[in-house]
Amino acid sequence: MVEFLIYIAAMLVGLAFLLALYRFFKGPSAADRVAAFDVLTIITITVIVLVALVEGRAIYLDVALIYALLSFLGVIVVARYLERGL
Amino acid sequence: MISLFVSLLLFWLLLNGSLAGDVVMVGVAASLLLAFLFRDGLAIFAEWRPNTLATTVRYFFFFLKELVKANLNVAKIVLAPSLPLTPGFVKVRTRLKSRMGRLLLANSITLTPGTLTVDMDGEWLYIHWVSVDSAEIEAATAAIVTGFEEYLEVMYG
Amino acid sequence: MNTVLGLLGGLFLIAGAAFLLFGGLGLVRMPDVFNRIQAGTKATTLGTLFSLAGAACLQPEWTLKLMLIGLFILFTNPISSQVLARAAHRSHAEKSALTAVDRLEDDQGA
Repeated sequence: MVEFLIYIAAMLVGLAFLLALYRFFKGPSAADRVAAFDVLTIITITVIVLVALVEGRAIYLDVALIYALLSFLGVIVVARYLERGL
Repeated sequence: MISLFVSLLLFWLLLNGSLAGDVVMVGVAASLLLAFLFRDGLAIFAEWRPNTLATTVRYFFFFLKELVKANLNVAKIVLAPSLPLTPGFVKVRTRLKSRMGRLLLANSITLTPGTLTVDMDGEWLYIHWVSVDSAEIEAATAAIVTGFEEYLEVMYG
Repeated sequence: MNTVLGLLGGLFLIAGAAFLLFGGLGLVRMPDVFNRIQAGTKATTLGTLFSLAGAACLQPEWTLKLMLIGLFILFTNPISSQVLARAAHRSHAEKSALTAVDRLEDDQGA
């Protein structure tokens, strides 16, 4: 039963990922793409947590945490770049 | 900031006794974040007043309530075929003086119904608002800022 | 008891996924970059928090680490959105024709 609910959640998350991916490729501005990228990375964190649940391994949570950290820095750096160059 | 970064990274590498790719990567990421957060020392985190724990807890729950409201609001707009929006950029003023107080205020505003902090200039905040009720500074401040400010003023001043 | 917690966790996961979906939908449907960031940041923050809460229900011994991730998201997500929105505004990203007023541009023009 719980497995089933996890798979439903995974399907919804996958759909959300596709929508964000659409915005990422469509743009039109660089800011749109970065916004989409930001959403994509945060969705990925949920994906990693779902994988951790299915596999039953806590080590993936460390991956999620580092991933969150790096994507945050990434978005900030790109936004700064849009603003005035590095 | 650079010296803090270097010393943190060095400490990390010594601690691990390894130059393997993943160890170095994690070290670089963590040291960068810490050096960035603590570039002015620990001052930011020292601004919180410990005797206001009760207010902090109440603030947290108030914030969670607003966050849920914000999401139902987003869902309502996104699912409506007509996409009901009257967006605009308004200007509001905060009474908060401390940096951490202002940071939390800006963050809270971003996560609550229909508002997104775009820029800050001293006591002035510029907010992108999905449905502008009033572009007047006083009215916008009352609608957007006051709820959080009451808590944050006690916590940080 | 265990099944109740499991069911609750599953429902949290689905609610979280639904909010992420609304965020994705907002990203596609909203008319300009600022409104897209609005929808994106709120929906993904709560969506992720719900997913983490669901995971905590299913694997209670992971709670501390999940809370750490949640706090991190709660703190950094609005910051990156704000920095991005400011960058968009400063690089003159196109605003929707619906935009009623822009006091930031007014002030910068003055």
